[in-house]
Amino acid sequence: MPISGMVALAIGALYFLVPVFATIKFSVEQGHAGFGLQAYRQIFDDPQFRHTLWFSVQLALETTVVTMALMVPTVYWVHLRLPKIRAAVEAVTILPFVVPPIVLVVGLFDFFKSFSPDWLLQDFVFSPKFLVCAYVVLSLPFVYRALDAGIRAVDIQTLTEAAESLGASRSRTLFRVILPNLREAVLAACLLTFVIVLGEFTIASIALYQTFPVYITTIGSAQAYPAAALTVISVGLTFVAAAIFLVLGRIGLRKRRTALAAGMTSVAPAAVAKLGEA
Amino acid sequence: MGPEGTGAVTLSSIVAERVDTVAAPGPLPRARRRAPLAWLGAAPFFVYASLFLLLPAGDVLLGAFRSEQGDWTTANVRQLFHAEYLHAFENSIRISIYSAVVGGLVGALICYAALHPGAPRWVRTVFTAFAAVASQFGGVPLAFFFISSIGTLGVVTQFLKDWMGIDIYAHGVTVFGFWGVFLAYVYFQIPLMLLVLAPAVDGLRAEWREASESLGADALTYWRSVGIPVLAPSFLGAMVLLFGNAFAAQATAYALTSGGYNIVPLEITNVLNGNVVSDPHFGQALALGMIVVIAIAVLIYLPLQRRAARWMT
Repeated sequence: MPISGMVALAIGALYFLVPVFATIKFSVEQGHAGFGLQAYRQIFDDPQFRHTLWFSVQLALETTVVTMALMVPTVYWVHLRLPKIRAAVEAVTILPFVVPPIVLVVGLFDFFKSFSPDWLLQDFVFSPKFLVCAYVVLSLPFVYRALDAGIRAVDIQTLTEAAESLGASRSRTLFRVILPNLREAVLAACLLTFVIVLGEFTIASIALYQTFPVYITTIGSAQAYPAAALTVISVGLTFVAAAIFLVLGRIGLRKRRTALAAGMTSVAPAAVAKLGEA
Repeated sequence: MGPEGTGAVTLSSIVAERVDTVAAPGPLPRARRRAPLAWLGAAPFFVYASLFLLLPAGDVLLGAFRSEQGDWTTANVRQLFHAEYLHAFENSIRISIYSAVVGGLVGALICYAALHPGAPRWVRTVFTAFAAVASQFGGVPLAFFFISSIGTLGVVTQFLKDWMGIDIYAHGVTVFGFWGVFLAYVYFQIPLMLLVLAPAVDGLRAEWREASESLGADALTYWRSVGIPVLAPSFLGAMVLLFGNAFAAQATAYALTSGGYNIVPLEITNVLNGNVVSDPHFGQALALGMIVVIAIAVLIYLPLQRRAARWMT
């Protein structure tokens, strides 16, 4: 490789690693008392840490389930029976890029407040369910792209015809024939959704929910070292979540039909919660 | 895909072949009769997108032209042209362009260095995996990366002061203003450029280089007449994408500057949190302004994208 190429790669690597190491170093500083785990101890002793993290993990899981329930059948059906409207679906899923979260949150609340009766406001609009609905929208561009790429690689037409000719129902075809073939695309889509929700700040802070990123900002506005420790934990958790999904992808689906959904709701939060208590 | 999956494909394609030959003429009328019902399958998606995306977006567009009393008015949109808000748009656009250009150029150089034909395989793997992770490092954690690095007590700030005798804060560099936001945005722009440009760099064939060399071209001529013309549409398209990416970002700038930096997403935040006295519909006018800027970026992006697609097959 030419020298100029190596220099470019070295500068790039430095630009990424220096802030990471700076944050790790910052998180173990204790002012004049040298280095230690004081900041981490303080965080783990704070009940807010566990509450906000658990809340964010719940939101992430709910969003993942809703997004998959909405998008897997849609992408499958559109590819199978409605290829004409594929462009329309694709255009709609790109829209969240044109309507960024800060704009979406303005429109969502104003729109729902304009016609909702009181009970709907209380039970839905001012509840975390509404946050989940907004997060489904944020994950659409990533989820659609991942699922679309996955489904293109599989001959769903043939698979579906084969399954139906053998007497399988629609849902049986989707769960036992199509889904196993889309395993990696679905897992990638789940991971993206999960990570997006775990890190989302804009909508949660404006809707006044104490999610994990909102908690980090609250801590950060007053305490620099614990905020650095939280950042390290947060980035670490993102990697743990990614690793869990990778492992899920590797070991495959032993119990075929709903193992994916089951794995999502049992393995991931258990591991994350365990880490939070460590 | 696991061996199980591959097996399923092979088996069912064999079955399907038989189905084709045996039952092909049969099910046609039945399929046609069912065709309108097929639309119902896409209904949940379109209903959901309408409720939580399309109608709220429409609400922003119309709401920008409403007064608090519910009348039609252009007052809110006219207020966008007051000095303070023009300045917010100017800041937003400037920081987006700067971070897109700097992050884009550095990202493109790294992309080529790591992915060009002839780069070692491990470099390729390490950098693409790294970019995939780093481009997701948005939001709040990114802000604290930079507070720890170039904050008043930051590691880099202290290092420069103690070892080089340079006090960056004496030179107007603060993490809580332009420089902090700019450097933090560049942090996610570089890997994003790497990811977006990767297919185009992969499309550069080694034979093109060999062919131009055998015709007597030096490196400069190769780049001027082959490399740059092929990569330019992808590169410029990616740059527009980076612009939109920075323009839409809110969390990092908020966490870095506690909402104090004058860019459009933070102005909207201030209106929504009630930190400034204004018509609530003014938030929608600001949001409308953002949509207009991003829509213009998309209009620039689409033809570039179409041109870029020509070289990638």
